[in-house]
Amino acid sequence: MTLLIMAAALGAVAVVTGIAVFVVDSMARATFLLLASFVAVAVLLLAFGLAYLGIVVVLMMTIEMMIMVVFMVMLMMNPAGLEPMTMVHNRAGSRVIALAVFVVLAAGALLVPWPTRPAAPGDPTTALGADLMGPQMLTMTVLGLALLATIVGTVALSVSPGSRR
Amino acid sequence: MTEVTLRVVLVVAAALVATGVYGALSQQSIVMIMMGLELVVNGLILAAGGIWWSGGHPGNASVLVVVLVTVMAVEMAMGFAVALALYRARRVDLTDDAAELAR
Repeated sequence: MTLLIMAAALGAVAVVTGIAVFVVDSMARATFLLLASFVAVAVLLLAFGLAYLGIVVVLMMTIEMMIMVVFMVMLMMNPAGLEPMTMVHNRAGSRVIALAVFVVLAAGALLVPWPTRPAAPGDPTTALGADLMGPQMLTMTVLGLALLATIVGTVALSVSPGSRR
Repeated sequence: MTEVTLRVVLVVAAALVATGVYGALSQQSIVMIMMGLELVVNGLILAAGGIWWSGGHPGNASVLVVVLVTVMAVEMAMGFAVALALYRARRVDLTDDAAELAR
């Protein structure tokens, strides 16, 4: 019961802050609203008992949003939202598509008979680690390769054009 | 009660995904589009966490969360690298100005 109330409250926070990201003028504010949405989801993960992953999400998103603020100040006009402006295209079409996505996904959430078994005993972090180093080793290997490719790709894209041969 | 809570969580996740889709489609600024994509992944993380909690094998759904967190890091790094390269080459930070492939 407590968890149901918590899920509803934190879910409302996550959705409201998520919508507000695209409503406020200031991009800095939008970044911190996105961070609030992520933290609400992470707290819910903690409430579910996923202690390790909840903490990982909080730490990662906090750092990521700080980096995002730096990029925003670097690249964007009007990062502080001092003059009101909207930079959107095809708003009506986007709304229709987003609404259709929501209806389809929510229908699935409400109509599918989800299996509910009591969670398996044991520490979820230990189970996750044992899985990643055992049956899910292929997943782990692919993730490692993807991250390596990302490092190579970002460095290749970021070197200044003058230094390319 | 478990089932009701799971359905609430999944509807919230659906709302997050839909909001992210709206943002990614409607925003012109590249950074704001990336925020929309992040919101989609946020919804997916919540859904995977809910499925993990409602039962099943303790590993699988949490492995999915690990994959999603990695996806978010990769998306962010590559997105900023492309945005920076585009800005360096053209002084462009809006998608509508980077439409060479459109006719």
